[in-house]
Amino acid sequence: MTDNKVLEMDNVSFKYEKETVVKDVSLTIEAGQFFGLVGPNGSGKSTLIKLMLGLLKPTKGSIKLFGSPVRSFKHWEEIGFVSQKANSFNSGFPATVLEVVKTGLISKTGLFRFYNKNDREKAMQALKTVEMEDYFNHNIGELSGGQQQRVFIARALVSDPKFLILDEPTVGVDAKHVADFYQLLHKLNRNEGITLLMVSHDIGTITEHASHVVCMNKTIHFHGESHEYKAFSNEDLSQLYGHPVQQLTHNHGEVDPRD
Amino acid sequence: MIESFFTYEFLQNAALAGLMIGFVAPLLGVFIVVRRLSLIADALSHITLTGIAASLLLEKRVTAINEWNPVYMGMVFSVTGAILIEKLRKVYKHYEELAIPIILSGGIGVGVILISLADGFNTDLFSYLFGSVTAVSRADMSTVLVITLLVLAVVLLFYKELFVLSFDEDHAAVSGVNGKLIHLLFIVMVALVIASAMQIVGILLVSALMTLPVAAALRISKSFKQTIGLSIFFGELSVIVGLITSYQLSVPPGGTIVVTAILILIGAIAYRKVSGQLSLKGETI
Repeated sequence: MTDNKVLEMDNVSFKYEKETVVKDVSLTIEAGQFFGLVGPNGSGKSTLIKLMLGLLKPTKGSIKLFGSPVRSFKHWEEIGFVSQKANSFNSGFPATVLEVVKTGLISKTGLFRFYNKNDREKAMQALKTVEMEDYFNHNIGELSGGQQQRVFIARALVSDPKFLILDEPTVGVDAKHVADFYQLLHKLNRNEGITLLMVSHDIGTITEHASHVVCMNKTIHFHGESHEYKAFSNEDLSQLYGHPVQQLTHNHGEVDPRD
Repeated sequence: MIESFFTYEFLQNAALAGLMIGFVAPLLGVFIVVRRLSLIADALSHITLTGIAASLLLEKRVTAINEWNPVYMGMVFSVTGAILIEKLRKVYKHYEELAIPIILSGGIGVGVILISLADGFNTDLFSYLFGSVTAVSRADMSTVLVITLLVLAVVLLFYKELFVLSFDEDHAAVSGVNGKLIHLLFIVMVALVIASAMQIVGILLVSALMTLPVAAALRISKSFKQTIGLSIFFGELSVIVGLITSYQLSVPPGGTIVVTAILILIGAIAYRKVSGQLSLKGETI
């Protein structure tokens, strides 16, 4: 049964020129799971995401999305992606929230076709899900970081994805709104049945919320359910990060010495 | 004025070509400006000059090609320049903007040599540099028409893709948009419009028609579609007012069109300031 498997990575490695960034990663994500992907800066988290989205070709190993190899995967509308860089767009860009959300339908809308009224409805629906429908006519640059993040989630949701990948979505969102943000993720995961994979370096918070956790530094150091991860000792973590880490404190300010 | 418009064919040619350029230059300009590529238009217009110079030189040396329209050679150079810029941007991945001065200075350097060899520093060249109301022939106008239709087709067919590429290239890539191909197609359209706009506005000022109306529209509009609409409106207004004053005052249209566009830009900045203050007052009440 591959039906239930959203993502299968088998023994995947990736090298940037000579440096190995991802090494022998095997990871399976099943429908309905909420995965947190954690690791220090430069641990290859974003590279791993790019590999699963087919933006990079693995040096070794195989990657499948919904049972089909990523290179021949066609149903990109089933994947929603909120990139780390989404928030660093040109904030003077003259576009309304609605115009931005509609771009999420591009893989569903054929070449040479325009967005129609139905697409507008879908975009409004997605904005409602993230509680931003009142802002549809606002310029995207005028919104706060947290609001923009919600708009980008709406853009990812508008094509009704089954698998939503978020790369450090809470960076630049103030603490008060982070809680709301997780509430939204739970709603998507439980009510809409969307499988989630969220990259975060905030280990404490992600283990609170995700059902499963993957911890990596080039290769996978831990892979399992969140409650098991909580038993993972601070020493193990420090070993992984290469310097002392307190698991329960929010380590936003933590800097990897290599950066 | 109206009488002479119906009497002289060259005025009709200039007016119609001007209106078409006033439409497509700001239309492409919106995408250029939001992608922070404003200077590309300058680089391409300078390399168009090299093409014109090459054509003038060939005309002088090889009598058989006397009938060639220098604009075609300008187009060939402009499109080649566009493709070279794309290649150079890949060579200097971390200094993408370097491609622009390389092409710009290379274009003008080779251009000056070619023009001198052709003894071409004359009134003909002057009209290419600053535009002319009298230089537009019926054939030129047809060329502009073909290019206008081509650009309209490309922008309409690839509107979604051009928009998503401008806003978020990563997202476009994840959505399966062929960014490289569409970008190349786009930059070739820019090159063609620059070469054909040259006769009206002149090489040195053609980039102004691509960027100034957009700069004004950006101060006022909220949505992308509104930005496009206003940019085209400001572009057309600049061309119409510019051509009329150019004819009345007997000065090159390049100057009058750009000055009109600058005045519109100042108006837009002032409008934004005043309306911003008014809405602030409204909130405090």
